[in-house]
Amino acid sequence: MYQETEIIKAIPGTDEMVLNVGPQHPATHGVLHLLLTINGEIIQKVEPHLGYIHRSIEKMCESLSYRQFIYSTSRMDYLSSHINNHGCALCVEKGLEVEIPPRAQYIRVLMDELTRIASHCLWWGATAMDVGALTPFFLAFRDREMITEIMEETCGARLTMNYIVPGGVMFDLHPDFQRKVKAFITHFKTKINEYDELVTGNIIFQNRMKGIGILSKKDAISYGCSGPTARASGVSCDIRKLYPYELYDQLQFDEILHEDCDSFARYLVRLQELRQSMHIIEQLIDNIPEGDIQAKTKAVLKLPKGEFYSRVETARGELGVYIVSEGGTTPYRIKFRSPGFSNLSALDHMTRGHKIGDLVAIMGTLDLVIPDLDR
Amino acid sequence: MFTLENITNFVHEWLYANLHPTLALFIEFFIIGVLVIGLFAALGLVLIMMERKVSSWMQLRLGPNRVGPGGMFQTVADTIKLIVKEGMTPDSVDKLLFNIAPFIVMVIAMVVMAPIAFAKGFQIWDINIGVLFVLAVSSISVIGILMAGYSSNNKYSLMGAMRSGAQIVSYELSAGMAVLTVVVLSGGLRISTIIESQQTGWWIFKGHIPAIVAFVIFIIAVTAETNRAPFDLAEAENELTGGFHTEYSGMKFALFFLAEYVNIFVVCAIGATLFLGGWMPLHFGNWEGFNHIMDYIPSSVWFVGKTFFLIFVIMWFRWTFPRLRIDQLLQLEWKYLLPISMFNLLLATVVAISGWHF
Repeated sequence: MYQETEIIKAIPGTDEMVLNVGPQHPATHGVLHLLLTINGEIIQKVEPHLGYIHRSIEKMCESLSYRQFIYSTSRMDYLSSHINNHGCALCVEKGLEVEIPPRAQYIRVLMDELTRIASHCLWWGATAMDVGALTPFFLAFRDREMITEIMEETCGARLTMNYIVPGGVMFDLHPDFQRKVKAFITHFKTKINEYDELVTGNIIFQNRMKGIGILSKKDAISYGCSGPTARASGVSCDIRKLYPYELYDQLQFDEILHEDCDSFARYLVRLQELRQSMHIIEQLIDNIPEGDIQAKTKAVLKLPKGEFYSRVETARGELGVYIVSEGGTTPYRIKFRSPGFSNLSALDHMTRGHKIGDLVAIMGTLDLVIPDLDR
Repeated sequence: MFTLENITNFVHEWLYANLHPTLALFIEFFIIGVLVIGLFAALGLVLIMMERKVSSWMQLRLGPNRVGPGGMFQTVADTIKLIVKEGMTPDSVDKLLFNIAPFIVMVIAMVVMAPIAFAKGFQIWDINIGVLFVLAVSSISVIGILMAGYSSNNKYSLMGAMRSGAQIVSYELSAGMAVLTVVVLSGGLRISTIIESQQTGWWIFKGHIPAIVAFVIFIIAVTAETNRAPFDLAEAENELTGGFHTEYSGMKFALFFLAEYVNIFVVCAIGATLFLGGWMPLHFGNWEGFNHIMDYIPSSVWFVGKTFFLIFVIMWFRWTFPRLRIDQLLQLEWKYLLPISMFNLLLATVVAISGWHF
């Protein structure tokens, strides 16, 4: 006869029990705390609890000047810190009404796309690890390492770059930049086929992913999902296409849409985006114009009184930056609309009725970065 | 020729000639016990090192390379660390079951070694139901795992143990069916009979399609039985942190860990014995010269070589495949492997009766 203990006990009147996943748990890619209600292996409810690594970045930004606050945004979505910086810089530039030199625009877009590749690489390894294959993680890091080295040479940092500043970029490109990026593109074009051979075609992987975590188009819109998560449900939401910034309206690339709405669709969308990002880089890398890397701005930036909003497409979805200015040197209020937070809110809807193993796989394909959704 | 068989016979005869038979028997028991424990420790060290080197080779890494030449003593250092670590028993566990579980798992892993023929004439116990003994004893290890998970008073452990129970009990069926295929072909349960029947060629070559199918099913089933990836649901660290051994630390954890590797060795040794001829050298029909050269390689080398080849295959699985989900795991067994292996057994019987095998 099994006796209930203080720890293992059912919710009174049901066969269900509560399982705490996290904050310290290998599946959550960080410190997300999930409160699962499970019946055996079947998940009845998922309740994400945020706040474990809340650093109140938005509040901190209010006491930092317009040049300074960008640095703290690198710490939000640390896998696409360039794009975070880019979004903030765009918002400040909108207030300042400065024109960015073309060379800086090229550099910004190149860096964004390299970041996107690096982020998707890491996601690919982590997703494969979530369903139990450990080797892809190392293969992904091999390729990501090349990008990280390129970034290190030009920006001086590998993770939190702080390279994009209001008015342009901080330094000029390293002389080796073009050669190394080209070498990387040649290298990665062969390796991405390896990704397909090792994981995409694997029958176990497909069984784990297909038909799991269905997020219909209607639900994706109503939960406010964005990025590859929403595009896998057929929602056209690529900010680069819909609200083009910098050079994106002059570039040739496709918005990847998928109609299957399941985990495998989200996986395929991201793999396709890797190819599209490489395509964008190929268009730009030989044509970087000479010229200034920064527009002329004052040493102390002052935004006129008013509200400013800009949005960029990060590797995870739409990042919105909202600044309210009172006309001073620091923002009155800053709000970030992070993609991960909205995507996480759909997790409960997607996982109900699935197994615990599926929860991990679905979370993997959502590509959550916890510091992004818990700022 | 100077072989292991000569040594064992010499020791056996010397003991019985000079001592009282009961005393001689006890001394033999003692020697065997020391040898098995020594093998247990050695296998743990070698296999964990092998796993690390294989995984690092597949993952573009160097693996351990600091302690000793080429990192050879890394496992020794880890073992010392685990031994001197406090063997903690959490507060609200079922203390008896919690402490006894790792020993059950370990003892089972040792007992299963009894009928394995490590070389020609180098076998602990040539019991007449050898294969059946292995199947029967190895299935007890699930009790140890269930005890560990049940007594830990931890939801993750409990779920890991339940998964493990469902998995091991299911996969034993098709492993047994695959073993029976060879029993039907060779006509004996005794390990030495099965090895002798492969004098002219190994069963995987002689037994036509049924033997090959049985071999594949056997490898899949034992991978699942030893809780190895892609069937490592009992300890799936991405889902259940550590599974049934979440609460274990120090030497008690090390015993689970060692038992896993010794179990891999045992099942691979059984696989090598049944399908790849055990210590029997590779012989081809009437290539006299070739067969003669093969005979010069000692039988223990043949056995260890075949076993480690199978171990490598199982490690290769682990570092390549994603993990199955629990329902897919059971579906694979009950809907595919079991019907196929039943049909396969029937086919093998027809082959054996008609004498179609070589």
